[in-house]
Amino acid sequence: MDVAAYAKLLPDITPRNKPFWDGCAAGELRLQKCADCGRYRFPDAPVCPECLSSSASWETASGAGTIWSWCTMHQKYFAAFADEVPYRLVYVRLAEGPLVISVLAEDSDDSAADSGGTSSKELRLDQPVHAVFRPRPGGRVIPQFSTGAAAGM
Amino acid sequence: MSSRKGRMRMFNANDAAVIIGAYEHPGRELPDKSLAQIHAEVAIGALADAGLTLDDVDGYFCGHDAPGYGGGWVTMAEYLGLRDLTYMDSTESGGASPIYHVSHAAAAIAAGKCSVALITLAGKPRTGIQPGGGGPARPEDDFETAIFTGAGLVSTYALAARRHMYEFGTTSEQLAEIKVAASKHASHNPNAFLQKVMTVEDVVNSPMVADPLHRADCCVVTDGGGAVVVVSREVARSLDRQPVRIMGQGESAKLTNGGKLDLTYTSAVWSGPRAFEQAGVTPQDVDYVSIYDSFTITVLEILEDLGFCAKGEGGRFVMDGTLVAPHGRLPFNTDGGGLSNNHPGHRGGITKTIEAVRQLRGEANQGVQIPDCEIALVHGNGGDLGTRMRSATMILGRDA
Repeated sequence: MDVAAYAKLLPDITPRNKPFWDGCAAGELRLQKCADCGRYRFPDAPVCPECLSSSASWETASGAGTIWSWCTMHQKYFAAFADEVPYRLVYVRLAEGPLVISVLAEDSDDSAADSGGTSSKELRLDQPVHAVFRPRPGGRVIPQFSTGAAAGM
Repeated sequence: MSSRKGRMRMFNANDAAVIIGAYEHPGRELPDKSLAQIHAEVAIGALADAGLTLDDVDGYFCGHDAPGYGGGWVTMAEYLGLRDLTYMDSTESGGASPIYHVSHAAAAIAAGKCSVALITLAGKPRTGIQPGGGGPARPEDDFETAIFTGAGLVSTYALAARRHMYEFGTTSEQLAEIKVAASKHASHNPNAFLQKVMTVEDVVNSPMVADPLHRADCCVVTDGGGAVVVVSREVARSLDRQPVRIMGQGESAKLTNGGKLDLTYTSAVWSGPRAFEQAGVTPQDVDYVSIYDSFTITVLEILEDLGFCAKGEGGRFVMDGTLVAPHGRLPFNTDGGGLSNNHPGHRGGITKTIEAVRQLRGEANQGVQIPDCEIALVHGNGGDLGTRMRSATMILGRDA
């Protein structure tokens, strides 16, 4: 991976989103929870999208979710990912409610990496997954999702 | 559909403003022209179509993608020499923006704020600047844009397609029918970027871009542009050109909502009913549709969301030539659409409007003109289905 190109894709860490990134570094998926209506939200936001309350806490989420959808990227849209194609993206509905898009972790049972990305063993929609945390080139830890039995530990 | 004709005069229509001029730039690769120059060429083209000149313009509309100061109308108004503007607007809604602009121009005219409104769009993603897409991350982007995971705009449409397939049994072959119809229409358009007629097999055998979307499921990348002129009824009466009625209009947005999303529908579910209600017509009354076609799945979901078929029935609906002009049940994008003809600046809203005007005036290409075309629907889908998407629906009518 082109580390310099990848660094340009990474969002800045700001006072508002720092708890999320600190959580990733600690191997935890942290979400904001509205202190008034209890709704979990993602990404981080200054107010609750449900009730507009500005009062929220950061909670450690279970990391569990289900695959709402997935796709395999073949086109080289980003210089940073030119060497990565094909790679799988998963859109995961977290147990707490919000949807998150990320890459399928390489240690998943049926990872694209196992068979050069052309695995005929397709992911199953609504299949359970767990968040896993791996440093990406350059050191930033992002949440990925794994179908593996040992995942999420 | 002849029963409609008797009812047409009773429609609660917004008849204060009409479309009087429309022009699509014939070019698809314009390496030697500046963006401003393309805006100017389409402006002059649409005004000439109406029998007007730049001196007549008192309302000007363009998107934030226009070149120059601050993003928006200012620099282009200066470049075009528009000295007597009384109304200006640069509402930003991605590829749907021009449809917002036409609608907002009609509202401004109805409110007496201007009487000759010019809407322009131009882009050079093919030979020049590539907006969005492969560009660097903006620091203000939130996690959900997620390009650091290697996701991009196309990936959310691919995710939507896979989920639609899972929930409703939609197939790649059904999505391909949409491209097949567009390619047949493009074969009648001498300016179309892709003129070869494609089969379902051609589409599903084209290389994968973002599985399950193939290259042929994606719109073309073209330079070019287009413009539309909206005027008051009074101005239209002084001109020797067939007006097109703006009967109804609706807008809506579907935003990130803190991660509470469903990609199997678009905000057309809200903009559509608003437009139909104002126009006083139903989907059954529509003779022609210009549907935003960034990807085949975009068309499929919008057709469902606008009520042309039930949710989940889109795959079956588009089979057997439903969308093919002139005799399909619901001919769409008869210029070849963004899938085969033109998607200037990654913004299909202007070409969608222009082709509907051509159909209602009886000026579509030979072979795709719908006989007795009275009511057309134009729908734009802006932004990214997975994050912040916006919809604009317009219902246009042939002038009595």
